[in-house]
Amino acid sequence: MIDREQVLHVARLARLELTEDEVGRMSDELSAVLGHIEKIDELDLDGVPPTTHVVEVSNALRPDEVQPSLPREVALASAPAVAGGGFLVPSPQADADPS
Amino acid sequence: MSATDVTLLSAAAAADAVERGELSADELFEAYRAAAAGDELNAYLWVAEDAPAAPAPGAPLAGVPLAVKDLFCTEGVPSQAGSKILEGYRPPYTASVVARLAAAGAPLLGKTNQDEFAMGSSNENSAFGPVLNPWDRTRVPGGSSGGSAAAVAAGSAPWALGTDTGGSIRQPAALCGIVGLKPTYGTVSRYGMIAFASSLDQAGPLTRDVTDAALLLRHMVAQDRRDSTSIGLPGEIELPRSESLRGIRLGVPEELSRADVGIDPGVLETFNATLRLAESLGATIETCHLPHAPHALSAYYVLAPAEASSNLARYDGVRYGLRVQDGGLVGMYTKTRSQGFGREVKRRIMLGTYSLSSGYYDAYYGRAQRVRTKIADDFRTAFEKFDFVVTPTAPSVAFELGAKTADPLAMYLNDYCTVPMSLAGIPAISIPNGLSDGLPTGFQLCGPAFSENRILDAAHALEQAIGFDGSGGRIDA
Repeated sequence: MIDREQVLHVARLARLELTEDEVGRMSDELSAVLGHIEKIDELDLDGVPPTTHVVEVSNALRPDEVQPSLPREVALASAPAVAGGGFLVPSPQADADPS
Repeated sequence: MSATDVTLLSAAAAADAVERGELSADELFEAYRAAAAGDELNAYLWVAEDAPAAPAPGAPLAGVPLAVKDLFCTEGVPSQAGSKILEGYRPPYTASVVARLAAAGAPLLGKTNQDEFAMGSSNENSAFGPVLNPWDRTRVPGGSSGGSAAAVAAGSAPWALGTDTGGSIRQPAALCGIVGLKPTYGTVSRYGMIAFASSLDQAGPLTRDVTDAALLLRHMVAQDRRDSTSIGLPGEIELPRSESLRGIRLGVPEELSRADVGIDPGVLETFNATLRLAESLGATIETCHLPHAPHALSAYYVLAPAEASSNLARYDGVRYGLRVQDGGLVGMYTKTRSQGFGREVKRRIMLGTYSLSSGYYDAYYGRAQRVRTKIADDFRTAFEKFDFVVTPTAPSVAFELGAKTADPLAMYLNDYCTVPMSLAGIPAISIPNGLSDGLPTGFQLCGPAFSENRILDAAHALEQAIGFDGSGGRIDA
């Protein structure tokens, strides 16, 4: 079960703002999905190592050579706002609740 | 040749016709460009206006055009992964695999519709509206590579690129009556693919037949210095020729092939008919066990959303796409993300953020990673005894638009038979397996890592024996 308070907490962590309707729906839907997921509690997984990636290669190295990268103006071309050769963002100090 | 005759050729046959001088690359491109521009299925989000430069002399793909799922970055061409949050984004570079295929002679025909950020099994999660199934326009094409599958089935693309995280190539291929292959994780570069779940995402071909899948895959596979998880394949992909399954041992996992786990009777009927056909081609067939496969979906819906919640943190209104102003910086992040992401994407970000959050990490993420190990072990054990494991691709035929949008869990169950292979990172193909109630079903065949050539051979033998008629999906039929 994931209740209203948890939904609001997780939404804040994810930088999402939910309408009152969305909070209720999210609580129901996530609870249903988590209910299904919790079936893995039945399994005995003691001593089983976790899999983080499936490729059986480790420490693959390549020569560290400088390669061309995107020119600055190309990298900035898609940005909503730029200034002084960088991305322009609103001031964090203008946030009512900067958490 | 009339334009319709041209689009009836398989991609390999079209390449041969160009090489023999019976067809010009321009004529071929224009026939498909016109078909794609006239698309009535909402399969395309962008179609090329001009014919590309002629393919280099001797280019192996001879100018056969390629439809590409929206989430592959294509320089100067809209690439939004089916999302509103990337509004107006035209990438400054092209995905490695798309560039490789263009260099081999397969120019970009168009960008295909998809579920937003590849999250979905019906294409109803696209910000640009659903794709219609060409066999029955009241039904979904599957997802998330639904636009690619519908375009190939309808004949408005000779072949297409898709991506598969938990079944997003194989399931729409099954629902549209075409071939879809998810390669071994790491064989194809992910550079320039807009990420969903990086430890699972893999690009693959959607084609009308197995030979085309082999031909396209041959030119996709490569190690790429820009994707540290890419390893390529030990040898070259061969064009399949086999017409026999003599000596091949097929394992049928009880956990993924029974009515009581939710596989429709009609789908099972076509699956069992193909098992008998495989036997007549010389294969031996035995029941096998993947005891942890019933838990694959649970593990997947922890791991994939967790990776997604992290990958999608980059959509913050700073560097590209949508920005919605609201006072300060955090306000801007929050408004941008809340207005830019669709409902399913928000749901998965929430699920992933929850399972990674303090106090829940071990119970969800940690356990799911251990289940993943057990699932890979199950396959390893099965492959000690069997050459391939075979299952129905999807539990049902294409369902009605809107039928499952209100119930996320019911939608997720579409991936029941395809998610286990994704978690294990092994290759799997879906081939058309006849009709149930007039709609296509898929037969899935998977093998150990890097067994693509053997899978393609076996799939080719089965394809010849099944003799599927895909004309029911053609828009010009």
